[in-house]
Amino acid sequence: MQAFVNHLATENQYQSTHLLRILHAIQARYHYIPESAIEQLAPLLNITRTQIIGVIEFYSFFHLTARGRYELLISDSITDHLVGKQALTDYLSTKLHVAVGEVRADGLVSLDNTSCTGLCDQGPAGLVNGYALPHLDHARIDQISELINQEIPIELWPSELFQVDDHIVKPGLLLSHPLTPGDALQSMFNRGLTATLAELDASGLRGRGGAGFKTASKWHYCRDESESERYVICNADEGEPGTFKDRVLLNSYAQQVFEGMTVCAAIIGAQQGFLYLRGEYLFLYEKLQQILAERRQLGLLGNNILNSDIHFDIDICLGAGAYICGEESALIESLEGKMGIPRNRPPYPVTQGYLGKPTVVNNVETFLAAAAIAHLGGQWFATIGTEKSKGTKILSISGDCARPGIYEYAFGTSIETILSDCGAEELLGVQIGGPSGLFISEQELQRKLAFEDLATGGSFIIFNKHRNLLEIVNNFTRFFAHESCGFCTPCRVGTSLLKNQLAKIVEGHGSAGDVVALEELCALVKNYSHCGLGQTAANPIMSTLARFPELYQSRLKNISYEPGFDLDAALETARQLANRNDAAAHLTQVEQD
Amino acid sequence: MTKTIRIDGDTIPFEEGQTIIEAATAAGIYIPHLCHHPEFTPHGSCKLCTVNVNGRNCSACTFPAMEGQEILNNSQELQADRQKITQMLFVEGNHFCPSCEKTGNCQLQAVAYHLNMLDSHFPHFYAHREVDASHAEVLIDHNRCIFCTLCVRASHEHDGKEVFAISGRGINKHLIVNAESGLLKDTNLEATDLAAHICPTGAILIKRTAYQVPIGERSYDHQHIDQVSLALVHTDEN
Repeated sequence: MQAFVNHLATENQYQSTHLLRILHAIQARYHYIPESAIEQLAPLLNITRTQIIGVIEFYSFFHLTARGRYELLISDSITDHLVGKQALTDYLSTKLHVAVGEVRADGLVSLDNTSCTGLCDQGPAGLVNGYALPHLDHARIDQISELINQEIPIELWPSELFQVDDHIVKPGLLLSHPLTPGDALQSMFNRGLTATLAELDASGLRGRGGAGFKTASKWHYCRDESESERYVICNADEGEPGTFKDRVLLNSYAQQVFEGMTVCAAIIGAQQGFLYLRGEYLFLYEKLQQILAERRQLGLLGNNILNSDIHFDIDICLGAGAYICGEESALIESLEGKMGIPRNRPPYPVTQGYLGKPTVVNNVETFLAAAAIAHLGGQWFATIGTEKSKGTKILSISGDCARPGIYEYAFGTSIETILSDCGAEELLGVQIGGPSGLFISEQELQRKLAFEDLATGGSFIIFNKHRNLLEIVNNFTRFFAHESCGFCTPCRVGTSLLKNQLAKIVEGHGSAGDVVALEELCALVKNYSHCGLGQTAANPIMSTLARFPELYQSRLKNISYEPGFDLDAALETARQLANRNDAAAHLTQVEQD
Repeated sequence: MTKTIRIDGDTIPFEEGQTIIEAATAAGIYIPHLCHHPEFTPHGSCKLCTVNVNGRNCSACTFPAMEGQEILNNSQELQADRQKITQMLFVEGNHFCPSCEKTGNCQLQAVAYHLNMLDSHFPHFYAHREVDASHAEVLIDHNRCIFCTLCVRASHEHDGKEVFAISGRGINKHLIVNAESGLLKDTNLEATDLAAHICPTGAILIKRTAYQVPIGERSYDHQHIDQVSLALVHTDEN
């Protein structure tokens, strides 16, 4: 192992910014990060062992104790639950003789849950040693169990197990007409850099991650900083449950995304770019590297791009299972080889980003659109959409509908149109923008897709009338508690309190004051959290409580007070010690009326 | 002309580069805080110092003072919410003031008194946390750690060491020390290090000094934390 760690450090030029990359390699080989590797790595990278331990314990895909040689993770996204995730996981667990959250005694296989894997249109889905496994069913689980028990290396598994489909159902302005590599750059050089930025400005393009900051302004601010070194980062850490458009864009439109990044680099004067790819999309990594190599061959990356004096290259960095890294400053921390904790702002990344230098961070879809605008001009884009939301939005549609997949719509399209296109019936409501977004009921279908009405990063999860809304909210709330980075008190403690308080009500232990207490907690977490995660973590509860208050009330016990402390549960240890489980060994909480 | 901001209606001066809490403290205005310490890089994590700046909540310890800011600090709403944030810290860890040797000298306890906290309000987590008594002179009681990182910053910025760090994610955050064994005794921490004395709670204690100052004569026994906190900074300046 010593030689392996040494080799990794050398290969990564002893740069601590490459810590995640190095840990990925160690984790892949040993199925955990051995203590001796940490001890060896710290001096080689000139960082403390505590920084390495901190990073390992922060990211879900790194471990201090061994996982199975086949590490199975099953997506816990609500979209996977809708298609029978729970029963399948139980089946898998029985089949492989391994409990969820554990490693089998022989060390061959481990099984656990993981946050949304971005395969919501083809779930239930999972990961084996990081590689995506879509379309899980009993037959596939039998097959996978067999392959594991026979210890067949993953490289030799049938490729159809790993076949991820694009499912582009409704292409629009951008998806219908992919550019030929080099077109946008050539048009930009012909027109001039400043004129191209003016076109971007005229296009009205706003960031597609959801926040909607005007792209041209961001590039302007970054360009105007008086620093010589600048960076371009493409945020491909789409972790919002229900979002998978970036997966498709990077699978089938990566040339154009990279071209958009190169356009940005030329305009702001950056020489280095990064694609921060979420760990769940490991299966795209090699393919994307090949595309980058092709672009270098074509003179579209590297020195003197298209014979200009522009030099720019792109590196791909893999995330490691942390939703928070979709927040741009947390992403930058992660790129620097640290825990993904959002920074204090100001300063903003455009002034002090990666390594303290001015940095543009944009969403995958933003770069895709920027490339098209650089080629076709701003007017072409600005004529589509609404006054405040120009162009189109690419949606990831999943849940209860006949045709889940990728849809591209002009801004201003009504939710009703979208639902009819994808074949949603017997509607209960739609979660727009993922758990951090908004739940709208069937009463609100005239609302529009637009920054001024329903802003979204693209997640669109449909629920029919047979679904249990409180279970859905419970799933979302658990997700935030699991993904909170833990930096600030209101989110670290508050998201876990929310999870427990909601569970208390959903499980039927709540009484009159509990909904009020829940509301009060929601406001606290929303108003005082450090970043967007905490500020939106209560949205699933707040938006459903506003629309379906009776649903919450119906779960409450008809008593005036129920202690937060569970008397019966507290006796569990005593029961185990006494080896008793008869009626007299249990306590009822409060006598029912 | 001096630049000014307004806090709860009072106009106070500030210098370019000052944070809101720095400007406030210099003007004798106390803003409740736990992770902030005037000598170290601001952290902005405890959120007790949240103030409302022109309608938006900001951490006073990290947000720069800027001309034209209209700031709410001592409002009823903010004080009530700060109390709840303090209660969150109490239920997250295991804080039993009557049996804690830091009582009376504890900033967490003093802030709670200042904010008129009378109960823990939220259900307790009863987290299982360890005590590290391995070091000859310094003790870590993880039950009382609130992840303010003051020990981390003091060790790095003042002592020139890297004894402490925060690891983990979310509610599983925990303090770790820089030794292969994971034990404090195997770090290069000395009892004279500032990092061993900076803890605002009773999580890091110097052994065998617990009751040298009797209860009743401790920092916050006769003075509120606002007076102690402001006096501290103003003495340092003189």
